[in-house]
Parts: sequence; structure tokens; C-alpha cells
Amino acid sequence: MAADEAAKAGFRTAAAPQDWVRLSVDGRELAVPPGTSILEAARRAGVEIPTLCYHPELTVAGACRLCLVEVEGARNLAAACATPVQQDMVVHTESPQVVEARRTVLELLLQNHPLECYRCERNGDCRLQDYAYRYQVEAPRRPGAVRHFAPDDRNPFFVRDYDKCILCGQCVRVCDEIQAIGAIDYTRRGFNTQITSAYGQGLEEAGCVFCGMCVDVCPVGALVPKYALGAGRSWEKTWRRTICPYCGVGCAIELAVKGGRIVGARAAHDSPANAGKICVKGHFGWDFVQSPDRLTTPLVRRGGKDGPLEPASWEEALHRVARGLAEIREQYGPDALAVLSSAKCTNEENYLMQKLARAALGTNNVDHCARLCHASTVAGLATAFGSGAMTNSIGDLAQAQVLLVIGSNTTEAHPVIGLRIKEAVRRGAKLIVADPRRIPLTRYADLHLQLLPGTNVALLNGLAWIIWKRGWYDAEFVAARTEGFEGWSRAVEPYNPEYVSKLTGVPVQALEEAARFYAQAERAAIVYSMGVTQHTSGTDGVLAVANLAMLTGNLGRPGTGVNPLRGQNNVQGACDMGALPDVLPGYQKIEDPAVREKFGRAWGVRLPERPGLTVTEIMDAAARGQIKGLYLMGENPVLSDPDAGHVQQALQRLDFLVVQDIFLTESAALADVVLPGTTFAEKEGTFTNTERRVQKFMPVIEPVGAARPDWQILLDVAERLGHRWDTRTPAAILDEAASLTPIYGGIRHRRLGPAGLQWPCPTPDHPGTPILHTQQFSRGKGLFYPVTYRRAHELPDEEYPFILSTGRLLFHFHTGTMSRRSPELTTHRPWERSEINRQDAARLGLKDGDVARIRSRRGSVLARVEVTDRVPPGVVFMTFHYRESAANLLTAAALDPVARIPEFKVSAVQVEKVAPEQAPAVPEEYARCMRPEARV
Amino acid sequence: MAEGEATGAAFPVRRGGQPQEAADPASDARWQRLEELLAGRARQPGQLIPLLQEIQGLFGYLPRPALERLADESRLSLNRIYGVATFYAQFRLQPRGLHVVRVCVGTACHVRGSARIMQRVQEELGVGAGETTADGIFSLEPVACLGCCGLAPVMMVDETPYGKLTPERAQQVLRRYRREAMARQGRDPVAGAQAADAGAACDAHFPA
Ligand code: SF4
Ligand code: SF4
Ligand code: SF4
Ligand code: FES
Ligand code: FES
Repeated sequence: MAADEAAKAGFRTAAAPQDWVRLSVDGRELAVPPGTSILEAARRAGVEIPTLCYHPELTVAGACRLCLVEVEGARNLAAACATPVQQDMVVHTESPQVVEARRTVLELLLQNHPLECYRCERNGDCRLQDYAYRYQVEAPRRPGAVRHFAPDDRNPFFVRDYDKCILCGQCVRVCDEIQAIGAIDYTRRGFNTQITSAYGQGLEEAGCVFCGMCVDVCPVGALVPKYALGAGRSWEKTWRRTICPYCGVGCAIELAVKGGRIVGARAAHDSPANAGKICVKGHFGWDFVQSPDRLTTPLVRRGGKDGPLEPASWEEALHRVARGLAEIREQYGPDALAVLSSAKCTNEENYLMQKLARAALGTNNVDHCARLCHASTVAGLATAFGSGAMTNSIGDLAQAQVLLVIGSNTTEAHPVIGLRIKEAVRRGAKLIVADPRRIPLTRYADLHLQLLPGTNVALLNGLAWIIWKRGWYDAEFVAARTEGFEGWSRAVEPYNPEYVSKLTGVPVQALEEAARFYAQAERAAIVYSMGVTQHTSGTDGVLAVANLAMLTGNLGRPGTGVNPLRGQNNVQGACDMGALPDVLPGYQKIEDPAVREKFGRAWGVRLPERPGLTVTEIMDAAARGQIKGLYLMGENPVLSDPDAGHVQQALQRLDFLVVQDIFLTESAALADVVLPGTTFAEKEGTFTNTERRVQKFMPVIEPVGAARPDWQILLDVAERLGHRWDTRTPAAILDEAASLTPIYGGIRHRRLGPAGLQWPCPTPDHPGTPILHTQQFSRGKGLFYPVTYRRAHELPDEEYPFILSTGRLLFHFHTGTMSRRSPELTTHRPWERSEINRQDAARLGLKDGDVARIRSRRGSVLARVEVTDRVPPGVVFMTFHYRESAANLLTAAALDPVARIPEFKVSAVQVEKVAPEQAPAVPEEYARCMRPEARV
Repeated sequence: MAEGEATGAAFPVRRGGQPQEAADPASDARWQRLEELLAGRARQPGQLIPLLQEIQGLFGYLPRPALERLADESRLSLNRIYGVATFYAQFRLQPRGLHVVRVCVGTACHVRGSARIMQRVQEELGVGAGETTADGIFSLEPVACLGCCGLAPVMMVDETPYGKLTPERAQQVLRRYRREAMARQGRDPVAGAQAADAGAACDAHFPA
């Protein structure tokens, strides 16, 4: 084979080993690895064979027969997708015989296809249409019966039009192989074949999670999102790449834009974070960007504290902000001020916000909602390893042989990471789920340790005890790479299986089995999340996780590690950028004079020396009147923080409150000045996902109204406070941050391609770090830090007999201000459905959908209940997505002593049935977002 | 007979942790046998069809709760199992009725108006092809040729053929069977007919 021809074909023959298979495709000579299909070989050579059922990420079905090709010497035409290449094969992909066969396939399909392209959503972007055009197939004359089935439009997300379905099976395979749900399959046979769920159930009942990946793979117009109907022809839309604004997975997505408005979304396939996968929020959750409720102009409160918020010019609003903050600083000193930065905002914005606090206002009182989710991770892992982040990468999880998932409802809170866990299981990994609830992952688990809420430390110490006593631990790793083992082992001594079983409620045998699985695997990974961190013993829980991983040497290699899953899309970045009271960007301690000196010199100021206050402390100080002025960016503590009633009072006591947000949130309604910021879709910047991957994104649409990117607003506020910073673009801001932050040292906007870069990335030629601690820990040796079990802050008693645990739902996010504005999401899950066990419900006379009053020592809320065995008896589970049933009126601001994280996962409550009329109404701003067919 | 009659309670899931709600499948030896069948085999590759065959052998059809148990144990979704069960003609998703009514839709019968017979039979029974009446008396199965084309159009109730049918005659035959069945069960035939009507079109998602 001529080397130059091969080079033309787009790949290197030089690298081709001797055993590659040589063949010819349409006269082009090529060599490919054995096992390659004719289809893939042809694609490498630039020959496009038409396909309808083939998808590179799915198994080969060989069902549509459109990819038929002629192989010289073979009796029949071969399906190119399903036929492996053979030495010296001669393939013709467009011979008269092949074209004839393809025409016949297309004619047969069209025979049963509605010829309604004019109103079909996929007109111009339909493979059937494209191929019928390419092969000039005539419209059929329809002598026989035409199949007709009513479309399935029972769910709010998408419509399945059976008449357009060509039964290629791609939706079935993506649902089974990637999503691992299997919500649909071919049912019945022959002429009557349809893709349905069992017993004709709607997708809702069939376990569908509405990821919409089936919609994305459908080659024709048989699966269409409802939002797309009539919203734009394929040629009117431009697809622009960005990063999903919801959770910490940081999926790359594409948004369709028509006439300056977003009209659709789908997964992007070029980021390793999600590798073409997506969940329901990424696919259906973008409407909030264009909500009529967006703040489009600054607001200022006129006529004193009781006056109304009125529209104002940027000029006036910025002036009021600068004056308000400066006056408080002059009168009460800088520490009477505090700022809350945002895990929803970019790295650049978080950098500027903490710089504003430290350099322009002169206080370290800067924090953000990470305090409420993973402060214990940052504290715990920094102690054990020297770096408080996920040790391994998302894609790497699929390589584990054993996965221990503790306190993470992964498939709901981090859905695309959930897919990786299911992928590992599919590849034969063992899955251990430790969770008080029977979360969806338990369906895939080999072992479900249903521990009592608040007993993580006991459980983890118990597993370590077994591994240690049975001699299953990695003595070599412990000796070479860690310290503190002696002291630790003394602390673990009491945690024998019988004792641990008593504390946690997990049977001894299950403990033994879990320990054996985890210890004896060559590669075992731990995944955890807020079920570990949001406790008064959160830091101890994290340390116990770290101890277990070090004990078994499960660190620093692919398929291992300690993997905290961060909640918000940029909570990792907000922490990295120093939006924390005790550290500057890159976790450099404010108390270290050398660090202060470095930043002080760069910023031209003297930095305040003492660490500032945390979120919860800021609220307390405000309630006491010590904090007088507060600047909130993209945070809504009235709903997100524990003991919400107390937070509201605290904000009301302030002399001056600035809120910068995209909606008039509960917190913004209390502000003196409201500044309209922008969403991810309207700005440029970087987000850092939970695997430390810094990803860049560009604006998709223009800012709405007079709203402005938050980084611009922050630069303006600083300027009015007398600090003109010359970092006038996101790229320049990140350059400055990188120059002061060793772990980001080599990260520049221009270096960030579709895969981004994973920190630590110390130099401009460093490729980034997918796995931490490979040779040694960030702190040198890993530290075994002894931890002991402490009871939760509040336990059930006679008066408050239930344990309330809070968490998330797949279909909503955080306080709901974004997701509840999606017609699909809000129609699907319009209100809170607090989970209560069957037995408890029976005793209280509660049925599914009944309304209950749930009361704690701090407050009471009304909510509908779902009777279920997902929660064990004695436990009630609520989400914090619904403000009319605000779970955080019930939770306590009881704090972890180290990380100051509140105990969201355990509070004592009572539950009582009330009349159905007492059901809280869906707030008007969300009710009107419902899909038209659902509004009543 | 309703499909879920024999069971309905959740079965204990063999996992660690707090014991799940106890159920009482013991009341019926067949359900115990099902658990034995599933144990160890459900997750093995290639076992789906043999297991479906054995489940059908056990119950005479594939009861939904049994398929749900199979789904739980096998990690296959109920939807996928259902897809396989509806693909193969050998599997029944509903119990066989007391009498199996086979209406011939073969060529000779077709020419002599079997479509009208079929239609009348469906109306009379209130079920579609492949279904069983709610009172459990009849299952209706279309067949390609009963081998007695000379008598076309033909239907067969159990082993008895009825030839040269008219829609009226088919209806009469079925009514006689129903009367006899009800008399044997000590039931009131009129109420029985109404119950059968009420059970009609239960599979509405698949318009015939
Ligand atoms: S939306 Fe997702 S879960 Fe539902 S059927 Fe499609 S692929 Fe399956
Ligand atoms: S709905 Fe679309 S993807 Fe699914 S089988 Fe039909 S044509 Fe293929
Ligand atoms: S998994 Fe997270 S980042 Fe990915 S699409 Fe869903 S919400 Fe967005
Ligand atoms: S693409 Fe090869 S058979 Fe469908
Ligand atoms: S066609 Fe009806 S019996 Fe042969």
C-alpha cells in the first residue's frame, strides 16, 4: 500500500503494526486493526456509508440493513456495521447492486412512514430524509396497510411518534447500555412491533429518568422534546457549546439558539467530564435563563428601610453600593462587612469577589455555600492528604473493581457520575451502597448497608477494624506512604463488628462482606457526598473515609481514590479561588505571613491577618448586630441555610444589604440594592468541576435587559471603592489568579480546549493531573487521623420521634429558582413529596399524596407525603427545593466543630396528618411555568 | 382472575441492613418455587428465556408480579423482560381461560368471512386477540388454519370445531359455554356478562 495514499486517507501507516488488516474500500487501500468493522474502516478512509441503527457509543445491532456493501467474492451483500474486515477484502460501497438494495430498504421504510416532513421537527436534520434524498427514492404508492399508532405524549418531556419510528433501536440501546434503566424495549412482533414500556405504562411508571439521551440518538423525528415543537427549523438553529450550570459534574452541553433565544439543548461529546452523556436537568433545565422573572435592571430601595425597591440606573445603584459599604467600613471598621460569593459564578468572579473583600473592603469575612456542603471535605482531606479535592477522575470510576458509595445519592444528585458507577457494575465491578435510604443505586448494588442516619464514622471505623484485624490491609502502603497508624489503630480498637452493628443497625455479616469486598479488590474507589459531610461529625466522617482508603492502599492509582462529589457546578472553583474566610486562592493560608506578603504585594494593599467568619457565623453576627453590611452574590441564604427563620431575621437587622442575583430571590427582596447579574449562558469564564477540571465557556446569548456579567459588576464596584483593577477580561482575571495560585499556575484561557485542564497544573506546559497523590501525598505522608463516633446533635425522642434527613431530587436543584422555571421539570415534580415509611404512614393514617405538618424545635412546614419503603421506619426525607415546604425551617444550625458545616442530615421532627386543603400552593412564579396541558 | 391475586406484597430483598418488610409468599407453594428458580440463576447470562418458560410452566402464564421478581433479581428491567415475553408467541401474559376459543383467520376462512366472525366474537367476549375475559372463562386466539377448510369459516372451542359459522351462530355457541360455566360455578350469567364487558379494552394502549 502506498504510504502517501494512506496518509491522504487520514491516518498513519508508519504506526501500523504488521498484523493490521489490509483491505480496499472503493479503490482506496488501507490498513486497520483486526476486528474493525467495514463501516469504521471506511469512515477512517473518509468513505461515508449510510447508517440508521449504528451508533459509535452503542453495541452494534445490524438491524436496519442500510449499510449494506458489496464484498468481492461474497455471495450476499454484507452489513458494513456488523462485518469485521478481513485481509485483502475488496469492498464497494456504492456499486449499482448496493444502491439498489439501499433504495429497497428506504422504500420499505417510507412505505410505513407519514410523509409529513413539512411539519416534522427533524426536517432538514433527519437521516431517513437525507438518505431518501441521496438515493432519490420516490414517494411510495401505499397499496397495503399502513401502520398507525397513537403517539405517546403522556410525559411532559418528549413525544414518541410511533408512526415515524423506524425501529432502529438506538433509543432502546442507549437507555439500556448507557443509562442502564431499560425503560423501553421492542414489544410485540412483526407488523405490530413498537418501542414501549411494559404493560403499556407511561415512561413515568417505567422507571425513566428523562435524561433525553434517547431523544438525542433518534435518527428521525420519532422522539422530539416538547419544547422543540414549533420552536424553530433545524437550519434556523445554531448550536453553541457551553457547560451545564447545575451540578458539579460539569457536563459539556450544547444550546440551540434561534434569534437570540435558547430553544433547545443536548449533550456535547467532546469533554471527558461527561463523554456525551447528559441528565434531565442539563437537557430540560435551561428555561430560567429567559424567564420573564429575570432581573433586567438594578433596583434600589427608596425612602428608608420600609420603602419599596424601585428600578434605578447602574450609575445610581453602583454609587449606592460603594457608599453603603464605605460608610459602614468607616464607622464600624472593615470587619463589620461580609461578602458571600457564589458556587454558581465563575472562577474569575469568585477570584474578584474575594479580592474585593480582602483588598477593597479589608475583611476576610468571605465565604460561600460550600460551607453548607463540603467544608468538611476541604478540612478533612487537607488534614489527611494535604489537598481537599476528589483524588481521581470521573471517567476513572468505571475502572474500579469495587465501589463503595457512601452518603451519595449519585444517580440523582450527580446523575452522569451515576452512569459511570453503573458502567463499572456492567463491567463486573462490585457495588456497595451505604445509605439510610434505599436510593436508586441500590438496585445495582451487591450490598446495601442501610445504616442509621448519623452513624457514618462508626460504620467506616467498623469496616477498617475488620480489615485491620483480619490482616487484609496493605501493610506496605501504610508503612511507606503514611504516618499515624499506631495512634489510629488504638482509636479504632473498640469498633468490633458487634458494637458497630449495634450503633449502625447494619448486620454483622453485611459488615464483614463489605470489608472483604473493599479490602480484597485490587482497585477500589470510595465515592461520597453530603451524606458524609453534612453532619456535626462531618469532618470526622471524611477523615474516616480517608483512613479506610489509606489502610488498603487504594490511592494514587486508576480506579481507586477518595472521591467527594461536589454539589454546585462551580463549588470546587469557588473554593479554589479562595472564597473562604481562612484561605486565599489555592488554599494558601491567610495566617501565613509569606502568603499575605505575596498577595499584598500583587494587589498593592495590606491584607487583613485574621481568618474571617463563615456563612453561619456571619448570619449569627448579623443577628447580633455585629455585621452591619453584607454583599451577597448569587446566594439565597434565606432558603439554603439551616434555621431559615433565623437567617431572615439576621438579614433584616443589617444596615446595608446588597444582593447581586438573576432573580428577586427571598434574600434579594430584603436588600437595599439589587444588582442584576447574568447566567452562565450570557457570559464568558471558567468553571471547575468536581474532578478539578477547569472548563472554559463562551456566551451563548446576549445578557437580558440591562443585566451585566458579574465579573464586570465586581470590577465596577471595586473601582468605585477606589480600586481600579486593570484585569478587564475573564482571561486577564484568570491570568492574575494563576500567577498567585500555584495549583492553577499553568492554566490560561487560551490553553483550555474542550477537555479543559485538571489542576494541579503548575506550569504553562503542564498537562494537568487526572490522579492526585500518585507518588506522594500533597502533604508528604498521608496522615491517619484517629476519629471516634459521636452521636448526632439531635436525636429523636418522645416529642419529636422521627429523624429528618434532607437531600436532593433528580429533577430539581438547590432552592429551585432555576429548575422550577423549567416547564418540563416543574410539571413533572411540581411540589415536595416528603418520603415516609409505609409502617409509620399507616400508624399516622397517611396515604400517598396526603398532607402532613412536619415540625421541629425550630419551625414547622406543610408538605405532601409519599409513602414508600425508600426510607426505613423512623426516618422522614425532605428535599430543600421547595420554598413553600422549606425544609430548612426545620434543620438546626448545629455545626461541625472543625469545618463549621451544619447538620442537614439529622434533625428530630414530629409528623402529623392535616386536611388536604392545607396543601401548600405552588408559588405563582413557578405555577405559571408549568406546561400548558398541566395547568388547570 | 386478576393477575396480582396470588401475591401483591413486596418480597424481602436479600441485602444487608435493616430487614425489609416481611411478606408472605409462603401461602402459595408456587411463589416459593419461583424464588428457588430465581435464586442463583436470574443473573446468569442466557437464562432469561428458560426462566420465562419455567415461570409459565409454574403458573400457566407469566404473572406480572413474577416478572417483577425476575426483574429485581436479574437486574434486567421489567420493560426489557416484557419485550422478550411479547416477542415470542409461546409466552402468555394472561392466564388461559377455562375455554380456549380459536377463530380461524386462514385463507379459506378469510374468503368466507372470518373477519366478521372474529369481530363478533371479540364483541361478545369483550376482549381482543390473545386476551382472556375478565371472568376467566374465555381466551381468544386467532389461528392460521384449523385444517378443516371445507367447513370454513371455522372456530374451535377447546377441542370442538364449529363450522359454516355465521356471526349469530358463533355468538350463540359462546353464550352456551358461558351459561354452562357459570352454572357450574354457581354464578349469575347476566351479571357475569356485564363483568366481562367492564373488563373490555383493558389493553387500550395497543389499539388493535
Ligand atoms: S429519557 Fe433516558 S431513561 Fe428515559 S427512556 Fe430515554 S434514555 Fe431511557
Ligand atoms: S424512536 Fe427513534 S431511536 Fe427509537 S427505535 Fe424509533 S427511530 Fe430508532
Ligand atoms: S449531571 Fe450535572 S452537570 Fe451533567 S447535565 Fe446533569 S446537572 Fe448538568
Ligand atoms: S447501520 Fe448497519 S444495519 Fe443499521
Ligand atoms: S383456513 Fe380456516 S380452517 Fe383452513
